[in-house]
Amino acid sequence: MSKISSAITEIHRIEDLQKRDQWLNRIHPLVKLACTCFYIVCLVSFNPYDILGVLSMGLYPLILFMAGDLSITDCLRRVRIVLPLVCLIGIFNPIFDRAPMLLFGFAVRAGFVSMLTLIMKGVFAVLASYVLIASTSIENICYALSILHLPGILITETLLIYRYVGLLLAETERITQAYSLRAPGQKGVHFKVWGSLAGQLLLRSMDRANDVFDSMSLRGYSSDFRYLKSDIRWRAFDLLYLAVWCCAFLFLRNFPLFEMVGSLFV
Amino acid sequence: MHMADALVAPAVAGTMYLCSTGAATYSVKKVRDMADPKKIPVMGIMGAFVFATQMINFTIPGTGSSGHLCGGMLLTALLGPSGAFLTMISVLLIQCLLFADGGLLALGCNVWNMAFYGCFVGALIWQLFMKGGMTRGKIIAASIVGSVVTLQMGAFSVVLETLASGITELPFSTFLLAMQPIHLAIGAVEGLITAAVLSFVYSARPELLYCSDASANENRLSVGKTLAIIGVCAALIGGGLSLFASSYPDGLEWSLERVTGSTELDAEGSIYEAAGSVQETTSLLPDYAFKGSESAVGTSFSGIVGGAVVALVCIGGCTAFKFYKKVRTA
Repeated sequence: MSKISSAITEIHRIEDLQKRDQWLNRIHPLVKLACTCFYIVCLVSFNPYDILGVLSMGLYPLILFMAGDLSITDCLRRVRIVLPLVCLIGIFNPIFDRAPMLLFGFAVRAGFVSMLTLIMKGVFAVLASYVLIASTSIENICYALSILHLPGILITETLLIYRYVGLLLAETERITQAYSLRAPGQKGVHFKVWGSLAGQLLLRSMDRANDVFDSMSLRGYSSDFRYLKSDIRWRAFDLLYLAVWCCAFLFLRNFPLFEMVGSLFV
Repeated sequence: MHMADALVAPAVAGTMYLCSTGAATYSVKKVRDMADPKKIPVMGIMGAFVFATQMINFTIPGTGSSGHLCGGMLLTALLGPSGAFLTMISVLLIQCLLFADGGLLALGCNVWNMAFYGCFVGALIWQLFMKGGMTRGKIIAASIVGSVVTLQMGAFSVVLETLASGITELPFSTFLLAMQPIHLAIGAVEGLITAAVLSFVYSARPELLYCSDASANENRLSVGKTLAIIGVCAALIGGGLSLFASSYPDGLEWSLERVTGSTELDAEGSIYEAAGSVQETTSLLPDYAFKGSESAVGTSFSGIVGGAVVALVCIGGCTAFKFYKKVRTA
């Protein structure tokens, strides 16, 4: 599958997840956004050598993936985008940080431990963001951002780009498919047609923007959108959800949960 | 060049959010001042266009690889710096949410590294080249120089932000030598592709390009204003990143260590003890670390057992919750 086709498929798959009638999807978008951001802040603030502390933060995605009926395998595909850069930067730690350290009873280089925690932090942050986007539509995230008084222009832009990204991806796929059929066996677009191929699409997009503006004006567009969602209401459960998770993150950040529980058994 | 959440420390991310917010506030004001309602849909569609065309593989002659166009520079040449900057923010937000390309916490860094340099510094370069009229040669030169310079600045910022976050043990010079040359090549290729697209636009619809008509571009970016923004942000970054000072002793500590054998002087007396206790209680970041961050490395056996028990409890709880929901709906 081409890069463009897989991007279109990914957008449709996430939209299907967002439309599910799940308890997680019904939570107020601002609560989910705040929870995710607070989780990531707590996660990345861990000491680079506190491997069990970082591991304990994996409970949040674990619980939400299970209770929210989300597929971990679908999400792991997203991790492959993040992992190369994180690994590339982390892989030098064992070379430069050679101080000895005990990890599960084995003597290892401290840099190896910091590399592992870095990878875990990268993976958990992606999982947490996935929980947010799989249960909250872009419109609802924009609604949450509007409550936080983000400028209307930015919200409108985000909504418009999201609205047209699928359309333009489909058009780009048609163009590249037509090109590859006329240039069989050729990898990518030849440099002689770099300008005309993307340029044609650009000019058509500009014309489309004018058409979009005309149709928006006919429907009463006046430089601002109304985001008020009548079906999104604050519930006591939303506040409870936020409070419980925030307390849990603070607890995990400050106390070694795994060791505390383990000491009860060992 | 998208940074992941794991690569930034909260203080660095916060500082970069602050810098990006400053530039965004300026851009929002500029776009509002233009009072052109048509601009908003054009910005939206152009954002989607950049998103889509960045997935086209343009073959680089003589190599087996491919590249894609430079979004920041292309948008600047079509929308001007402020419009391009706001569009790039939205593109980066959607990329981070939908495709995990970048992170929510690292969004401020990514906006700064890719959108700020690409749009504001790119606009200055574009304006500099277009002085005295627009020609195809100038467009090609501006696109290549703009892409190379802005990408180099972005890569340099990635190095600074990663090192300031204490993520890597790589020495500054080694990291810089690894990042800059590769981005020089990427910038040159992206510049060539962007130049090809903008040359096509110039021959077909030149009026769409920024600075194509001197009288129509009253909202040109001034060098002074851009330098002022960079100056304020440099001060913010300096202040924010100083939280992550080197763990090596500074000059004074080094001298003290040579004289007394310790980097700190012992001070005895009730006043010192009282002051020390107040400082201990009130300091948010004692010795530049969050309280309790010097906790055990957590490598004991009880930690492993505890982890397994907690994971089992969570999995059991979630399974029971799902079973309860199924029974309730049945």
